[in-house]
Amino acid sequence: MATTTQPANIGASAGDPEVTASIAALITDAPVPHPTLWKTFSAMMAREFRVLGRNAPSTFIRAVLQPLLFAFVFAYVLPKIGSGFSAGGGAAAGGVNFATILVPGLMGSMFLMQGMFGTTMPLIMEFSWQRTIEDRALAPVPIQVLGIQKITAGAIQAFIGAAIVFPVVYWVHAPGQGPHIHVTNWFLLAVVMIFASTMTASLGLWLGTVVDPRKVQMLFAVILLPITMLGCVYYPWSALHVIRWLQIVTLINPMVYMTEGLRAALTPSLGHMPLWAILLALVGGTVVFGALAVRTFHNRVVN
Amino acid sequence: MTTVTARLNGHGAPTATSAIKTEGLRKTYKSSRGDVEAVRGVDLDVPQGEFFGLLGPNGAGKSTTIGMLTTLVAPTGGKAWVAGHDVTKETVAVKRRIGVVTQNNTLDMQLTVAENLMFRSRFFGLSTSVAAKRAAALIDAFGLSDRKNAMADQLSGGQARRLMIARALVHQPDVLFLDEPTAGLDPQTRVNLWDILQVLHDQGQTVLLTTHYMEEAEALCDRIAVVDHGKILAEGSLDKLLADSGAQTVVTVRYEEPVPEGLAERAGLAERPGVSKIEAEGDQLRVFSTDAEGLLGDVVTLGTDNGLHVRDASVAKPSLETAFLALTGREYRE
Repeated sequence: MATTTQPANIGASAGDPEVTASIAALITDAPVPHPTLWKTFSAMMAREFRVLGRNAPSTFIRAVLQPLLFAFVFAYVLPKIGSGFSAGGGAAAGGVNFATILVPGLMGSMFLMQGMFGTTMPLIMEFSWQRTIEDRALAPVPIQVLGIQKITAGAIQAFIGAAIVFPVVYWVHAPGQGPHIHVTNWFLLAVVMIFASTMTASLGLWLGTVVDPRKVQMLFAVILLPITMLGCVYYPWSALHVIRWLQIVTLINPMVYMTEGLRAALTPSLGHMPLWAILLALVGGTVVFGALAVRTFHNRVVN
Repeated sequence: MTTVTARLNGHGAPTATSAIKTEGLRKTYKSSRGDVEAVRGVDLDVPQGEFFGLLGPNGAGKSTTIGMLTTLVAPTGGKAWVAGHDVTKETVAVKRRIGVVTQNNTLDMQLTVAENLMFRSRFFGLSTSVAAKRAAALIDAFGLSDRKNAMADQLSGGQARRLMIARALVHQPDVLFLDEPTAGLDPQTRVNLWDILQVLHDQGQTVLLTTHYMEEAEALCDRIAVVDHGKILAEGSLDKLLADSGAQTVVTVRYEEPVPEGLAERAGLAERPGVSKIEAEGDQLRVFSTDAEGLLGDVVTLGTDNGLHVRDASVAKPSLETAFLALTGREYRE
């Protein structure tokens, strides 16, 4: 073999017998791996949490700022200004303060934001020019498992993001403008939150695999904004009966079922869509978008 | 090395010693602008422990072939087995037994150098403590100790490539795939990587390497397949490729005395297999042959048997480059 003149900063020179021995030992003394689906899956989840932990400050700011600003403007600034707004917001709910209406809506929009930020954005990076996705794709599990792992990680982020809304709206409001929320059915709340977060993460994975990375800005204009604005965030679905066509059209918006599901669990007295319709949409949506996303993900990784 | 448990399942199945086997492997990319035949029927048989090179110009189909062998590209025709497992039907079994260094930098940029190795080890089922030990050994052997806590995106090109090779070795793969591992590296780093690869090979590591650097294939590979336009043009040891390409070795011997007229002809040198031309000029004798085995010795002996004293002798082997250009032609590639 050729001998090398090795600048010190380049590192190992295999011409050195000690280095040669240590490289040889990598082959001769290698531990024997026994991968299983579960070990690989949990190692991948551990990796997600390591990255989340490292990015904790920015993740936290992203997760807190949106509900904080919403609560500040809608539950503090506007009630303080008083006048027409509370009439507008309260019209549908008949005297209920806006914070109460807003909590489920805000949580719904957090599901979407976090689910998409947590799944779509990293995925688009991984599929971009260096295709770092190939690193994880070579792990000894079917590609579909990697897709399910990404949905799981995104769902956990969405769940936490939505849960942060509770403390924020409890603390940030004008005197007497706090939300009136009584969780009477914790089980229903858990079911709604779990399926809402899994559905948004599935939606996020699907978008991340079908959207051209160069057109990612379009996601916000064409997907995120309409879904949020028309997702019954600022008003309950039942209040839309005065604009019947919109009430029907918004049924295709997955966000509607998240916010209505949360209304059913958090503010049942205000009225909500029938529970069977909510659960059918959330569970069905999770299954359909999940299966679709895992499929498109596989086809995008293996070409 | 772990032994490969290859299964013998009838026609076309890999033999117990095949690390890589392909039969008529094809990949056609469909697109609206017409189909692109990236790989057009490739047959390979790489035994365990071999250092095998796919040599070809850009766009020859090397990376697509590696992609199919590493389960990330779905073949559109033919069959392939790696470590005895079908690359389309047993993807998980194949992935367990391969280490892959892609051309692009696929390091996890969100993790440090050490974490890249630790998490990869854990993906392959090593416990946290064993993974940490394995990562430490790899960092040490690949000279990355002073960078172990650096984020992966802060590495230089050479460091990143070393880390990618280290990462490909965490789980003791049966076959190591290297797709143009030294592309874009400076000469020191490149030669240094060659040394590392040579040590791995000496320990019995099976390696499939793609490259368009002639000298890389010459320095490392036991056997080389020259590929172009998705097909194998020639395959074999370096010597065989050179012989097949018609490229000739030139043996030149200079003596102290002038070479007598007709000496080479009388000795029957021209009848030796492979010899195409003999030139006697003043004090030197020059023999052109496609088969240089033992030729130098014979030319030297011929002189000494006839009372000549050897002053100087040289063998000019044809380069792989000559053979390569003869096979692939000279037009520019993408």
